[in-house]
Amino acid sequence: MPRHTFELNGETVTVDAPDDANLLWVLRDVLGVTGPKYGCGVGVCKACTSHLDGAAFQPCTMTVAECAGRSVTTIEGLADGDRLHPVQQAWIDEDVAQCGYCQPGQIMAAVALLAENPSPTDDDIDQIDNVCRCGTYVRIRKAIHRAAAAM
Amino acid sequence: MVTNETAGRHVAGGPRITRRRLLAYAAATPTLSVVVKLADAVVGPGGAPPAGAQVAGIVDFTDALTLAAAPTQHLLVVEVTAENRVVARLPRAEVGQGITTAVAQIVADEIGARLEDTDVVLEDARPELLWNQLTGGSNTVHALYTPLRVAAAGARARLITAAARRWGVSASGLVTADTTVTGPGGRSATFGELSAAAASVTVPAVPAVPKDPSQHTLIGQPTTRIDARDIVTGKARYTQDLPIPDALTCVVARPPTLGGTVRSVDDRAARAVPGVVDVVRIPTGVAVVAETFDQALAGRDALVVDWNPGPAAHLSDADVRSRLRGAVLPYLPAPGMRVVEHAFDFAFVPHAPMEVLNCVADVRSDRAELWLSAKSPIVTAQTVALTVGLPVDRVTVHVVRGGGSFGRRLFFDPAPEAALVSKAVGRPVRLLWTRNDDMRHGRLRPASHHRARATLLLGNPIGYEHRMASVTLDGSHGLGELLSAVGLEALGVVGQAMFHLTQHDLYRLGIQTRSLREVDLPFPTGSWRSVFSGQVRTVDEVMVDQIARSMGQDPVAFRRAKLRSARLRAVLDKVATEGQWGRPMEPGTAQGVGLHEEYKSVVAYLVELDARDPSRPRVTGAVAAVDVGRAINPRGLEAQLQGALVDALSVILQAGVHIDGGAIREGSYADFRYARMRDTPPQVEVHVMPPTGEPGGAGELGVPAASAAVANAWARATGTVPTSFPIVDVAP
Ligand code: FES
Ligand code: FES
Repeated sequence: MPRHTFELNGETVTVDAPDDANLLWVLRDVLGVTGPKYGCGVGVCKACTSHLDGAAFQPCTMTVAECAGRSVTTIEGLADGDRLHPVQQAWIDEDVAQCGYCQPGQIMAAVALLAENPSPTDDDIDQIDNVCRCGTYVRIRKAIHRAAAAM
Repeated sequence: MVTNETAGRHVAGGPRITRRRLLAYAAATPTLSVVVKLADAVVGPGGAPPAGAQVAGIVDFTDALTLAAAPTQHLLVVEVTAENRVVARLPRAEVGQGITTAVAQIVADEIGARLEDTDVVLEDARPELLWNQLTGGSNTVHALYTPLRVAAAGARARLITAAARRWGVSASGLVTADTTVTGPGGRSATFGELSAAAASVTVPAVPAVPKDPSQHTLIGQPTTRIDARDIVTGKARYTQDLPIPDALTCVVARPPTLGGTVRSVDDRAARAVPGVVDVVRIPTGVAVVAETFDQALAGRDALVVDWNPGPAAHLSDADVRSRLRGAVLPYLPAPGMRVVEHAFDFAFVPHAPMEVLNCVADVRSDRAELWLSAKSPIVTAQTVALTVGLPVDRVTVHVVRGGGSFGRRLFFDPAPEAALVSKAVGRPVRLLWTRNDDMRHGRLRPASHHRARATLLLGNPIGYEHRMASVTLDGSHGLGELLSAVGLEALGVVGQAMFHLTQHDLYRLGIQTRSLREVDLPFPTGSWRSVFSGQVRTVDEVMVDQIARSMGQDPVAFRRAKLRSARLRAVLDKVATEGQWGRPMEPGTAQGVGLHEEYKSVVAYLVELDARDPSRPRVTGAVAAVDVGRAINPRGLEAQLQGALVDALSVILQAGVHIDGGAIREGSYADFRYARMRDTPPQVEVHVMPPTGEPGGAGELGVPAASAAVANAWARATGTVPTSFPIVDVAP
């Protein structure tokens, strides 16, 4: 079985898996990192959104071989120990979540947006394509503005 | 903190298992555990009578649910552990509606604990709870508000009594706050220190009467979800996130048409896929079991299955529509009268919760254990017992936090599937529906056709009739039995009963009738957030706008004049003022209003819609005003009404599914056009009205009124009455 080494939430991990093993399942089933959620498996819903070398990506559309030597950050790796990332804090302050299932992906998408664009307009925020079936969009938007101000 | 206390059963160590053990021993050790003693709740100055007691006759569906729950409310449990935790065991499912936070507020407030010291545990299926473990009808807070307070007040009285005995002082001077009993001379003891002694108190020395609302410090306060931190850090666990050792993964090859069956299967290639452990035929398809999900998916793709067509294979949208239309009789001419008449069609809508249906099952020869987000766990357990041939008391169903439901998780389709597969392979199985499975084999809000007519004499409405035909609503998750249990068999099948218990006249429009014809077509249906009201109220409110228009009246002024209730008038006035009703707007853009009353609550929405490009309409702003009697958590209530607006604008403007030869065409959120950020307004203001009584329901409340407001805004923006929903119908 091929071995793949990459950085996951600041630690080097090595997994034995076929080259074409889907990264989402490697994260969830092999490595037990369950923050990224399955919502479609085909890059549409964005529930699994995480970061690859700092940019937003959907692990469900990547193979494990493709991320060898690269750095993957999931929702679990966002906070600095007990200190939440400002976006996570903004999410709590705006009480964004309802069922919460989409929120790890939403937060990772927002962090990536803010890294590129520190003060996004409403139009910029409209480009986020992540589905929230509970319809928390209005609070996601407020939380992004709040986090932008805090950062 | 919300915990699923059984989730950690297989985990070695960790706080969850500690909790589990503690609770498991609670019965044997003197830890305080109080059940609802209605006798304790002798009505004192502020004490409310027990829930159900005031239900003289069943007026609506909320009464039916509350009454059905009443006989077993004494089985609700509030515990105080030696670790100073207050634990409410909630026989409902948390799927995002925020009930765990509301329940924590109620219990913490009543017992005198800090919210941070309060846990809400989702109860396993408890068959003895009968009709009191069904999460539906927006009924949780309404039905449990008093029983939970009674239980917590009972625990508080016992803690105070124990402290008084320990200190040798009179109990009447002692108070609870911050999870501590305090008394004269600066004495204090935590609940944890007192729980063992309190457990032996049989007759408390102070009355166990719920507080007067004026003394509430947590109830009514805007409160952040108690699990917010778990959610934003990725720690919140859903069913597939639970660590179940030795579990295999499983996906199911499903037929190309709804309800299709396997004619033959060649699984040789599938079995050869690395990691595939077994292939199991089940009634709904062919299950592939593997070490990891991508192996299971690869195995499923390697199956060669020949399918029999499902029972709806001869039906497409046009057939459904014509069957429904044919079931609604046209109105007879009304000579000498002016009539306002319109017909409306609504497409099927899937629930499409963000977390797909899934279940973990561990079935052995003598027992079965299941984990899933189940809104009817008792029926789930009964069904699984029958499916795998075990007595029901050998089946444990753990209720896990769910990633959305909107009615979907009343049905537990993956539970018998996972149980059968686990039984066949002799190991725990994590069964996952793919998004395609969820869209194409899920349940649907029934498609419907409506014909409504108002009759006007001398310019005044003297009659209103609304005839609805709907594909039959499936209520086989226990609702029929529940309605029988409260003596409502007379109303007929579930759909009829629901319809007649939920649809009421909001306005004085003369003689009014509403009728439902259900048309049996072989589609899997289910209650969808607000059930019939989403369609019925939209039609009624669009009609009200059109009646006003035909009389040359302003829609808000007309409603004010015709509304039956002051509560409704108050919320209408609120949105009209806050939303600046009638402000000048550009051509192609307009405001619209909609109202609804249900679940003992009332709501109004005012929305602004930009339909300058009619192929891409967007709600640009919204104001809601809501009176739920008494809001436990105004912050959570606000979230429910904001989310309901997104549901409404989705299904009214752009999201439905298409039926093609007995199959659902849409397969994911790529073609089921549920709203994204760009489709939603940047601002949604929610005004919570001051308390007017006991808490009503809120989870589903917003959908009908918001749907109506969006539809009315469309009519006013485009000059065209919308008659088919979703208005922008894009077939994939
Ligand atoms: S699961 Fe990855 S985008 Fe939907
Ligand atoms: S919070 Fe439920 S899907 Fe977004």
